[in-house]
Amino acid sequence: MLMFIVRRLMQTIPVIIGVTFVVFFIMQLVPGDPAVLLAGEGASKETIEAIREQLGLNRPLLVQYFDYLTSVFRGDFGVSLKNSQPVLDEILVRLPITIELAFFSILITIVLGMAAGIISAIKPYSLKDTTVMIVALLGISLPSFWFGLMLMYFFSVKLQILPVAGWDSILHVILPALTLGAGGAAIVARMTRSSMLDVIRQDYIRTARAKGVRESVIIYKHGLRNALIPVITVVGLQFGALLGGTVIVESIFAINGLGRMIVDSIRMRDLPMVQGGVLVASLVFVVVNLIVDVLYRFFNKRIELN
Amino acid sequence: MMTENNKPILEVKGLKTHFFTKRGVSKAVDGIDFNLHKGETLGIVGESGCGKSITSLSILRLIPSPPGKIAGGQVLFKGKDLVTMSEDEMRKVRGNEISMIFQEPMTSLNPVLPVGEQIAEALRMHQKMGRKAAWEKAVEMLKLVGIPSPEKRAKQEPFQLSGGMRQRVMIAMALACTPEVLIADEPTTALDVTIQAQILELIKDLQNKLGMGVIMITHDLGVVAETCDTVAVMYAGNIIEHAPTEKIFANPRHPYTQGLLDSLPKIHEDQEELQTIEGSVPSPYNMPAGCRFATRCPHQQPICHEQQPELIEQNDGVKVRCWMYTDHWTAKSVKEEAVK
Repeated sequence: MLMFIVRRLMQTIPVIIGVTFVVFFIMQLVPGDPAVLLAGEGASKETIEAIREQLGLNRPLLVQYFDYLTSVFRGDFGVSLKNSQPVLDEILVRLPITIELAFFSILITIVLGMAAGIISAIKPYSLKDTTVMIVALLGISLPSFWFGLMLMYFFSVKLQILPVAGWDSILHVILPALTLGAGGAAIVARMTRSSMLDVIRQDYIRTARAKGVRESVIIYKHGLRNALIPVITVVGLQFGALLGGTVIVESIFAINGLGRMIVDSIRMRDLPMVQGGVLVASLVFVVVNLIVDVLYRFFNKRIELN
Repeated sequence: MMTENNKPILEVKGLKTHFFTKRGVSKAVDGIDFNLHKGETLGIVGESGCGKSITSLSILRLIPSPPGKIAGGQVLFKGKDLVTMSEDEMRKVRGNEISMIFQEPMTSLNPVLPVGEQIAEALRMHQKMGRKAAWEKAVEMLKLVGIPSPEKRAKQEPFQLSGGMRQRVMIAMALACTPEVLIADEPTTALDVTIQAQILELIKDLQNKLGMGVIMITHDLGVVAETCDTVAVMYAGNIIEHAPTEKIFANPRHPYTQGLLDSLPKIHEDQEELQTIEGSVPSPYNMPAGCRFATRCPHQQPICHEQQPELIEQNDGVKVRCWMYTDHWTAKSVKEEAVK
């Protein structure tokens, strides 16, 4: 198992290099010159040229890229073009916030999604099942920016039981986490249901019944553990979508997290900040994928560890 | 092996299991009767779809419902009717007093639980054993069914075991609580021939030790000849012949049984082609009014198409469902020839 984790960590290195490469060159393709933006409107050609010189933006692209890459491996993410703060410091302030948001969102995705899926699967095609599945369909279909605003409207403006925006207490977490986790919960619910229904039809469930096992034990001990295997994969994939979703949700709820930082930096053409932000987000995703893989093997020992 | 004529441990009376589907009502099992005594092995044979597996699942009430439903009849186990029993009481019977082995050892064990746990589970449930005691008993059961290094194997998951070993695990699981009746639904079909013999031997051996009644469901007449005391031949949801094994093989009465035996390859004859039974089984959604075998029967007469014959006991104890062995039959010579 340890060997497997080490090997998987090694595999992440090319992934990370790939990410830096893609982000670096995409930012070059985006119209707008950071030197012009920094110099401000009406700045002279000389000023812009000087800024360019100072930031090393007039060197060949490949040189700039390799320069950046080597600094990253030394732990130096560069400084923000906007406020000259080290990028890493800026990220480290915001990362915990985004991780907290992501954690509660994925918690909602898992708990809500699996509970709904099980309820549906126990009595398929019943009224309960149909209701849960319609709600799940809504959950998948509603765009998060609209859903977030609706939640804000009802719970914060109308009922006034939850704060509108910001990030101060656990109460502030509820609405953004719900907004971010709802779509995933709906997908997990559908996946759990179909996986559970598939498992219930298996021969070993009949064996368990023939043994005289109680129906609840059949569902949770014999059924769920087998049904979880595909669900774990979906949860892992959802986490990627979730990181993307933080960009929107953090903007709606005015949360000063990594997602919002990236959006603001893109707007400013703050290249080092964008690169750093995306790089860290990718790292988080890679780590989560690793955790999913380990869990997957824990639940399904048939998969060889090598 | 058949013990003296005491009261049967299991009595199936007029059992009907029907499936209510969009296409109509499928009468998979349509009124069957048989008894099983302690220590007896009853074979239920027939081709695929004749209702033999549904019969076994009906006894333990494991029919998927909906669409399946026990539409009538009784299953008396030690005098108690399993059909009308509450689900709670039924659970105490399953795996404890009546156990079952299934056809597919590859898929009948839970892939994510250690096999020892799958055996121990039943012991904890039915015998109220503690965790440790149940585990030890599970290991002991694995040893009993001939699995080498049982302590190690008990901790393994099914994918680490071969097909033959998995079927042994199934048997260990079924016998852990020393049931009085064991239903073996095609226990050897998915296994290769050498393993088949070992598994049958094992079941027989354990039956002698534990004295249980065994229902052996199979389509393999070789298995029947080797293991069964009596045989019930099923066709399209009915028992059409029920007799001691040696009588069935020596002198089959029903034309279907005769056809079945004729279709076996014979080792001492130089056969160009194997014998077959012409025609096919009637649809379970649309059973004929008369004898269900009539259209395929070489001896058919008008009465065969009009009314279904009853399962009638002959002078020598053989039960057969055929007009040929009744007074309604006109061609007396056939009857006399067949009874001989």
